[in-house]
This record gives sequence, structure tokens and C-alpha cells, in this order.
Amino acid sequence: MNRKSLLLRLWHYLGRNRLLLVLALILSLSSSLFALYGPKLSGQAINAIKLGEDTSEMDFATIYRCVILMCIFYILSALLTYLLNAVMIRMSKKIARQMRHDIFESLSRLPVSFFDRFQTGNIISVVTYDVDTVNQSLSNDLLQILQSVVTVSVSFGMMISIAPKLVLIFIFTVPATAVFTRWLANRVRPMFRNRSKKLGELNGYVEEMISGQKTVKAYGREAAVLERFDEKNKIAVDAYTEAEANGTVTGPCVMFINNISLTLVCVFGALLFMKGANAPAAAAAVGGFAGWWQSFWGKRLLLGDLSSFVQYSRKFSGPINEVANIIAELQSAFAAAERVFGLIDAEPEPADSYEATVLSDVKGQVELKHVGFSYEPDKPIIKDFSMLAKPGSLTAIVGPTGAGKTTIINLLMRFYDVNSGAVLVDGKDVRTLTRDSLRRAYTMVLQDTWLFHGTVYDNIAYGKPDAKLEDVVKAAKAAKIHSYISKLPEGYDTVLSDNGTSISKGQKQLMTIARAMLLDAHMLILDEATSNVDTRTEQQIQAAMRELMKGKTCFVIAHRLSTIQSADNILVMRGGEVVEQGTHETLMSEKGFYYQLYRAQFEGAEA
Amino acid sequence: MEKISKYILPYAPYIALTVFIKLAGAVLELFIPYFMETILDDVVPSGVSRMIFLYGGLMLFCAVGALLCNIIANRMSAISSGKITRKLRYDLFDRLERLSSGQLDRLTVPSAESRLTSDTYNVNQLLARVQRLGIRAPILLLGGVVMTLTMDPALALILVMLLPLIGIIVYVVTKRSVPLYKEEQNILDRVVRILQENITGVRVIKALSKTEYEKELFGGVNDELTAIDQKAGLITAATNPSTSLVLNLGLTLVVLVGAWRVADGNTQSGVIIAFLQYFVMILNAMLGITRIFVMWSKGEASAHRVAEVLAMPEDLLVEENKKEIHAENLPHIEFKNVSFSYTGAGNALENISFSLGRGESLGILGETGSGKTTVISLLMRFYDVSDGEILINGRNVKTIPRDELTSMFGAAFQNDFIMEGTVGDNIRFFRDISPESVDNAARTSQAEDFIRDRGGMDSGVAVRGNNLSGGQKQRLLIARALAGNPEILILDDSSSALDYRTDAELRKALHRSFKDVTSVTIAQRVSSIRGCTKILVLSDGKAIGLGTHDELMKSCDEYRIIAEQQMGLAE
Repeated sequence: MNRKSLLLRLWHYLGRNRLLLVLALILSLSSSLFALYGPKLSGQAINAIKLGEDTSEMDFATIYRCVILMCIFYILSALLTYLLNAVMIRMSKKIARQMRHDIFESLSRLPVSFFDRFQTGNIISVVTYDVDTVNQSLSNDLLQILQSVVTVSVSFGMMISIAPKLVLIFIFTVPATAVFTRWLANRVRPMFRNRSKKLGELNGYVEEMISGQKTVKAYGREAAVLERFDEKNKIAVDAYTEAEANGTVTGPCVMFINNISLTLVCVFGALLFMKGANAPAAAAAVGGFAGWWQSFWGKRLLLGDLSSFVQYSRKFSGPINEVANIIAELQSAFAAAERVFGLIDAEPEPADSYEATVLSDVKGQVELKHVGFSYEPDKPIIKDFSMLAKPGSLTAIVGPTGAGKTTIINLLMRFYDVNSGAVLVDGKDVRTLTRDSLRRAYTMVLQDTWLFHGTVYDNIAYGKPDAKLEDVVKAAKAAKIHSYISKLPEGYDTVLSDNGTSISKGQKQLMTIARAMLLDAHMLILDEATSNVDTRTEQQIQAAMRELMKGKTCFVIAHRLSTIQSADNILVMRGGEVVEQGTHETLMSEKGFYYQLYRAQFEGAEA
Repeated sequence: MEKISKYILPYAPYIALTVFIKLAGAVLELFIPYFMETILDDVVPSGVSRMIFLYGGLMLFCAVGALLCNIIANRMSAISSGKITRKLRYDLFDRLERLSSGQLDRLTVPSAESRLTSDTYNVNQLLARVQRLGIRAPILLLGGVVMTLTMDPALALILVMLLPLIGIIVYVVTKRSVPLYKEEQNILDRVVRILQENITGVRVIKALSKTEYEKELFGGVNDELTAIDQKAGLITAATNPSTSLVLNLGLTLVVLVGAWRVADGNTQSGVIIAFLQYFVMILNAMLGITRIFVMWSKGEASAHRVAEVLAMPEDLLVEENKKEIHAENLPHIEFKNVSFSYTGAGNALENISFSLGRGESLGILGETGSGKTTVISLLMRFYDVSDGEILINGRNVKTIPRDELTSMFGAAFQNDFIMEGTVGDNIRFFRDISPESVDNAARTSQAEDFIRDRGGMDSGVAVRGNNLSGGQKQRLLIARALAGNPEILILDDSSSALDYRTDAELRKALHRSFKDVTSVTIAQRVSSIRGCTKILVLSDGKAIGLGTHDELMKSCDEYRIIAEQQMGLAE
């Protein structure tokens, strides 16, 4: 992302809070004015004191007036400053919130494949660290830039009016500062980018290893994991140190340039003054513009002028110094913003085409026509695969592990799109349907159970939030998980924490089955839905499962061939291809691969 | 912050040097205006132009010196804060890795994660900034106060009176903001958790069209985070204006009192002018200091969260072995009247006893939630038994050092952890294992074929093993368990995704190549465990049967029913 479009994007976020921004601008201008006025008042007071000292007649009326005014102004100025801070905080937090919102919005639109590729921790790092970095710099730096611009312009005007010749020095040093800052910014930007990236990678590793902590401990590999962590930690810290060390060079360097210019102003100013003192200026008697120019340009420098000029030049260079510092600081914000926008801009699932229709009145006929698919371009998983599932039929998919069974489900649910051929539901190509309506037409129970931090009730009713407690209890009873739930300390209100140790994988599967039982879709996908449930419980929930499957077009993946003998159609997959298709009886009589698998199971039972 | 002081102390000399260099830079910088004043006030009126160049040269010298000092000191501050953070993170990660399962359950993974990254990062930033910005301001403050004291002690007294007031402001603000920042980090933990859930559960969420709901959920936490962030921000933002106000009012007081004193002839107006100059300097220094306090609040909250974990007591300590062990004829594994409860109420296991000789095998069968996995968790000492004891080679597992204990086991758990990397990485799992052993393990676990198809041991494995099928994952995990040539092999329902044929092949191969290994196998299928020396049947945490397949077929009704059902179904 180039800087211009990056700034534009950031500006877009600022622009949403135009009102606050304008308010901030007004407040910062007025607080600057107050800041200028305070010293003026104290100056008046001192003048009065001085006068009183000289005349030994103290004008207390003026002094009191000044003192009271000062009090008022300082109180007002403090209020204004606080107000300004409050506005800036409000604005920057709103922007941060908006960014987090946008990232999450983008995440929810991303295709499933994205999460198969990216480390969770790295994504989290963007939401936590990178957004925070942008946010901090917006709230601090923006304000200072605003205020600096005001001071710089005022001081510059004053300096020109005092001694235009001396301003020439700044014609040299100001661009020098600008060029230098620019050069340095370009230099440190990749470093800050690296800093964000490496921290993200560290986060990714941490997330992975802390989630796998139990296994690491089981194998006693803590030391090795720690060593690997330290490598990444070192890289992240080094990236931080490098960016920090180089970024903080700006301040001293710009200060140096300023000091040089200050020295030059002093030296040349002093020389100029002395020259002027030795050879009194030829009074300009020439009229017109030339005369004005001569008097303007050749104006004789007074000692007081030189002193004021130096004062202003210090005022002038102070903010420039600040700005240069901020520009270095901004680099880290830019680098972080890049990562934020990178995530927001990650290519979403292609949107439903505008003519996509909502799948309604589902009959449940599913057809795959000459489907070809691969996750990676050169590794085809499914080649020229066709099948037809009539409404209410049961299709079983069997085959050795890794034969591509789960891939079929990815295609049915449109987690992935086919490379060639088509998937049809009720005769309509799924690509012409809205994803939401297509997915809602299915109920799915996967092998990888997913429960979230929430109550048992919330987890079971997840697909049907308006479900009554009795419905949930009914589903739980059917799934044979009710008695376990009632033994939990708070029954259905027990909160399942992420590492619910006392809940077993099988129990989790039963809960997801209960979740599915609450849904009312026309098509059902069971991917090893009971693989971790003991056979006895499985038997006990058979009736409920049959009820669940009744009248639905079902797709069942199972290893226990026993469970699918009654299927209308059995797809036997091997190496990404359907090698056999048919009912249990026909497949057995063909004595092909299915027969072998079935025999193996039988042998297994015997062994 | 004092809780992590032991990480900072070793760098104290280095930091002191940084401070010294920074100080030198600040002093050099202060000389520049001094020389400038000299040129304007003394040199110019004297009219000696050579002197101008002399002082100009001095200014240049100071400028160069300040440049070098500041660059060096800034670099040093970045280095030392980086090093401190690195060590802090190292220890924190180390501690997190060694937390007992119970401790990590209570802490939660998302919180562990954000403490390790976000919080240590805050500390890092604080350390670097305090060193960079925290030197000048106190020096200027001190200098300013000293100067004013020498000029007019009476007026300076006003200033001295104000300082405690500012101290109170800073104290009150920090006192209120630190808990808020801590709370903010806690909310951040929840943000992390929701993100994590949404990433791992993406399929379910999409399948149930719950995207909008999750967005709302995230929106809620996002709002909470924003609100508390704002609240903390608004409180700390008060520091700056209120400090300025106090000092400015003090300044006004100086003018007033000054006027009285001048009227009384106790002081001159010039003193007041100079006084005001110094007051401005003090004000700026004070503002710098309060800025540091704001950073401090955030860093302090984070440091506290880090220290909390570091201070967690060592759980599951290794106990001293008091009993004498006679190595002869001892069972390899023995459970003696073991009971266990996760929560303290309601036993997950009750009075379990069994013993296994070397090379023998135990199969565990039981309903979902009957406590099968708990047996393994106790054997591997992820938790300590509530009652009874577990012995390996006659030694109580509580007395076996962690390293020794883990080196005995090879374990494949349910939905076990697969990491991003290569197939080989996942089998070796950070251990030093010869290629032959890895190959042998892969062959035995029936993973050889699919690994070859994927392109060998160096082929890639995606995040969480997402590019592997369930059965492939399980075989990879079994290979991992075997690769270390363990004494004891643990298979927790780790062949459930395998088809019967592969499962049977696996058992045959295990029997062939790992004959002397004592094994504990949890399975749903009777066929997977019927060959075991002993089979333990669990129901609701209690043993309802223990014996060989044939014995149990006679003695244990539940077992017989399960077996008959499965065999019957297979026919």
C-alpha cells in the first residue's frame, strides 16, 4: 500500500468524525490563543510593578486586575485543554472501535480457506496491538501537529517582519529538516513494518503453543518449545529495538539542525548588526516599490530585534522539531495501519451475485455434476465426480481416511467453490443462490466439535436462539446428554469455559447433536458425528438420530460401515475418486473395494 | 512495577550509563542558549567579531555533542528495554508452559496469550520511554527549583508549596486509572477469546448463518473495550491540564506576592521576570513528568498482570520418595484405590485399582463421560489424585521428576494438538529423533502411505492440521507417540477416525514392532481393545469390570452387551 492511499484510508476514518475533528480544531486554536494571552497579562502586571518600582508608587489596581484576569484565563485554558483532550480521546477511541469493527466484519466475510492458512494469533495481534498503535498515534500526534502548525505559521510571519535577511538561513535549514525527515521516515518505515510483523508472528507461535500446552507437557518438550519461543522472541525484540533505535534518531538530528540554524542566526545576526552599527544605513530616499523594498530588505537590525528574532526562531524550530519526531512516530502507526487494512481488505468470499436467489421451498434434491476440485492448484482432490441424491434419501460416503470425504461436504456447504462442474440443489446451481439461504437449508454435525464460552443452554440453542428451555431439554434428552447436564453445578446455566476439562470429547459431540436436533432444515450432513461417542450411547441415540434424519436428504460420513447399511446410495471413495456407487447389497455382491473394506472391518472385529 | 524490578535491576548500571549520557546531552543542549545569550548580551555590544566566531564554534560543538549523546542514549534505552522485555517474556512463557492443567484452565488461554504479548509490549514501551523522556524533565525541574530558591526564597516557597499538591493530583489519577487499565486488559482477553472462537468455529458459524449474531457479540465487547478505554483516557487526560492550572495559579500568586514585596522593597522586578522564566521551565518539566505518569499507569497495569502469572505457585510439586522400593517383580503401572474430582464436588473417578506388568496392555471402555480420559490424565500427572496412589515401577508418580515421568510416555490424545510446519516436525515434536525412528513410527502408525502421497516428511501441515483429514491427523499423532520409543504408550480414542481396516493394520503393526511397550488404550470399539491383557470397564467413574475379554464376556453384563452389539452389527 503506498503512503498516499494509506493516508487517504486513515483520513476516511477521521472524516467519519468530522464534527469532533472540527471541534478539536476550534478548541486547539482557542487554547493556543489563551496560551499566548497569559504571558501578555503577566507582562502587563510586571510592567506595572516595574513602573511602581521606578516611581515608588505601586499601581495595585492594575496589578489586581491583571492577576484576576490571569486566574480566569488559566482556569479557562485548563478547561479548554481538558475539553480538547476529551474530544481527541473520544475521537481516537471511536476510530479504534470502528477499525476493530471493520476487521471483524471482514473476518466474517472471509472464506473458510483463509482461516486454514493464517495463524489465529497473528490475526489477534492485528486487532489488539496494531489497532492500538494506530489509535495512540492518532490521539497524540494529530493534536500536536495541529498545534505546531499554528505556532510555526505565526512565528514565521513574525520573523519575516523583523529580519527578512536572516530568514534566508531557514530557507536552507527548513528544507534540510524536511529532506532529512523524509529520508529517515523512508528508512525506518520498513523497520516498523517488520516490528509489527514479527510481533504478529510471535503472537501466532504463542497462541499455537499455549493451546497445545498439554501435549507439550505430555512429551516434556517445554525446554525445546521455550528455545524456539526465544528465537522468535529475540527476533521480535530485535525488530522492536531496531525500529526504536533508528526511529528515535530523528529527534536529536532535527534538534541538531535547529541548533545549527540557531548558531548561524546568532553569528550572522551579530555580524549583520555590527556591520549596520559601523556603517549607518543609507536612508532610503527613493520612492515607490523599490523604496519600500530597500527599506524592507535593507532594514537596519537593532539589538532588540535580533533578540526577538532569536526568540521567535526558537519558537519556530521547537514545533518543527516536534513534527519531525511525530513523523518518525507516525511510521509505526503507518506500518500498523497497513496490517489493519491488509486484514480488512483480504479478499472476501466472492459476494453472492446480484441475481443470486434465495433458496426457498427446499425439496432437497442434491446433485453433483462432473465436479473437479483441488485445494492447491497442482494437487487434485476430486476428479470428475457425479452423484444424485433424491429428496429424503440417505447418501453415505465411505472410504479410507483422506479419500476426500470431508471435501465433498466443503463443496455442498459452499465453503469452497468447485473448479469445474457444478453442485445443484433442487436443480439450481448453488452459485446462483445466496450462501445464507443455501447453508440454512442444511443442518451439519461435524467431527470437530465446536463449543464456545457460554452456557450449556446457549451452546445447544445456538442455531435457534428463540428455542424454549423445554425444547433444549428435549433435544438434550434425545441426544442422551441431559443426565450429564443435570449433574453440572448449574445445569443448563453452567458456563462452558474454553478448556472445560471435565467435559469429554464424546459429550461435546452429543451437545452438538442436540444443537442439530433443534434445527429444522431439509438437508442433513453428519460427518463422523458420533466418532467419539461410545457405541452403547450411540445405540441409545439411534432412534433420535433416525427421527432427525426422517424426511431429510442426508449425507453421512462414517467409518462404522454398520451404521450405513440402510443407505439408499453408498459412495465409495478412494484417492479423490468415487470408485463404486450403489446400495449395500449391490456393492457386496460386486465384491469390489467396498466388499474389502467391509471384510476388513469384520476381520478387525475378529482380530 | 516493583514486582518486576528484579528484571530491571541487572541492567541498572547500563541504565545508569544511559541516564548519564542523556544527562550530558541535556546539559550540552542547555549551554547553547547560554552561549547565545552571551553573544547577544556581551559579545555584540563589545564589537569584537572574532569572539562571535568563538562562541559560534562553541555552540556548534555543543550541538554536535548533544546530537551524539542523544542518539547514543536513545539507542541504549531501546536496547536495554528490549533485553529486559525479552527476559521477562522468556520467563513468562516458561512459567505458562509449566502451569498445571488446572492453573491454565483457570487462567484461560486467551488471557495467557494477551499477557504474553500485549502486556509485555506495554512494559517494553514504558521502559524505553521512561529512559528516553524521563531524564530531562526531572533535571529541569530540579534545576528550576534550585535556581528559584537561590533567587528569592520567599517566592520560591510558593512553588515548594505547590509541589505536594501536584503530587496529590498524580497520585489520585494513577490510583484511579491503574485499575481501569487493568480492567481494560481483562476485556481485551475477552476480545481475544471471541476472535479465537470465531476463527476455530468458522465452519459452524457459517453453516448456521450466525455471522450476524457473532458480529453483535463482538460489537458488545468492542463497545465495552472502547468505553473503558475512554474512561481511563479521560481520567489520565486530567493530569496535564490540572497540573498546568496549579502551576499557573502559582505563577499568578508569584506576581501578586512579588508586587507586594517590590512595594515593600524586599525584591526587584527583575527577579520576578527571571522567576517567571524559570516557572515556565518548571511547568514544562512538570508536564513532561505527568506524561510519564500516564504511561506509567498503563505499564503498571500490564506489569501487574505479568507478575500475577510469574507469581503463580508451582503446582504438582515433586514429592520426596520416602518408601524403599524393591525393584523385583513390581507391576509397571499400578492404580491403588484412586479417586479424583475436578471441582472438589462429585467424583470423576472413584476407587479405581488395577495393575499392569511390563509389556502388558490395558484397554479402557466405557460410556461417554465415564472417566476414561481422566484415568490417563492422572497417570500422566496432569492432575493429582484426590485419594489413593498411582505407581509406576513401584514409585508414586508424585515422586517422579517431571522430565523423567514424561520421557516414559508416548501419548496420542483425542483432538490433539497439531502445529503448523512439516509432517516431520509434527512427528518429532521438538525431540531429537533419528530419521529411522521417525520412519519406523510412521510405518507402524499406518501413516507412511499418506505421508508419501503428500510428498514426504518435509511436506507442509497447515494451521491446526487443517489440510489433513481426521484419520490422517490421528495417524500422525500416533506416529508422534511412537517416535520416542516410549515405555508406556497412551492411545486415547486415537483411532476413532480410522476405518476398521486401517485400525486393524495399526494394531497388528503395534504388536509386531512395539511388543515390549506397556500400553493404555481407550476405545469405543471392542475390536480395538479385545486383544488387551486387561480391560477396564468404566461407568460413571466407577470400575464395573476388569479382566480379559473372555472373562468379561462372562462376568460383566455391560461389557457383553456392548461387545455383542458391536459384533452383531459387524456381521
